[in-house]
Amino acid sequence: MTKYASLLFISGLAFFLMVITGFLPLGNTPMLVGGAILDSAKDQVGAANVVTSVVLAYRGLDTLGELSILFAAASVVGLVLTKSSFIKSTKETDKIPKIEENDSGFVAINAIDLIFPLLLVVGLYIISHGHLTPGGGFQGGVILAIAFSMRSIVRPKQKSVDHGLVTLIEAFAGLSFIGIGLVALFTQGNFLQPLLEHGEFGSLWSAGTIPLLYLAVGLKVGAELAGLLLALNTDEVDA
Amino acid sequence: MIWIVALVVFIMLAAAIAVLMLDNMIAAVVAASVVSLVLTVIFALLKAPDVAMTEAAIGAGLSSLILAIGLKRLGFWEIKDQKADNNQGDRND
Repeated sequence: MTKYASLLFISGLAFFLMVITGFLPLGNTPMLVGGAILDSAKDQVGAANVVTSVVLAYRGLDTLGELSILFAAASVVGLVLTKSSFIKSTKETDKIPKIEENDSGFVAINAIDLIFPLLLVVGLYIISHGHLTPGGGFQGGVILAIAFSMRSIVRPKQKSVDHGLVTLIEAFAGLSFIGIGLVALFTQGNFLQPLLEHGEFGSLWSAGTIPLLYLAVGLKVGAELAGLLLALNTDEVDA
Repeated sequence: MIWIVALVVFIMLAAAIAVLMLDNMIAAVVAASVVSLVLTVIFALLKAPDVAMTEAAIGAGLSSLILAIGLKRLGFWEIKDQKADNNQGDRND
């Protein structure tokens, strides 16, 4: 009964949204900021991906807000849902991987071992080319977090990642993001204003500090989500 | 173009209704993941590749993983065949 009630609710909501969107004029936006940013982003920021120049240069403070929201969410989940949040030892990493009692099957373990390096390459590519192609720190960071946590999910007994190291990476990435912003504040006068030379438009070393900021965002998001998933999975094994 | 969008929206709606109707929890999580995956195609068709990548990584990947871990922690992680399911249902009734 609840299922049908929720279905009815959703269809009613969709009907109201359709009625509301029927009144909106399609195609002519009242916002003028978008056009202005599209015209001036190439000269002011120098990033080939305009979305990146909006996210990190024009609205850099919003990105810092998103990072703090994500940090608060991950902290609360880690605090509420886990009892012993620290993974005990890392010495078992040196052992030759072999299938133990709680592990997943042969196919899952070998598939994860096979695609783990590919996932790392994809994640790092998306992070480092965030100012040139679609994607960036958030997307690449999530892919890195999934890559590391999948390994520990198929082998619950084997501790593949040190939780202290993950916390250290996360803290360092967050501090460096704010640090770059503060350097920009004291030298240029605006928080998170892009620094350094723009370089050649469209090359990997271009757009000033934007790639560094995206690297910090990617490491922070990846370490945060990987720590969260590892903590959830570890507690499930211990309990 | 319009027919591709119509097909994609149809698949998305079917998967979303399947989330509500399915009895097996794991199948429901997979169906929710399918909704996100098809939404990725819609974003790519609308020429928003950044949003499409975010949706693919977070909606289809991470949230399904978190839901699956949640199922495991809550003890709903069980794969049963249809016959055993029916028998247990009869016994409970």
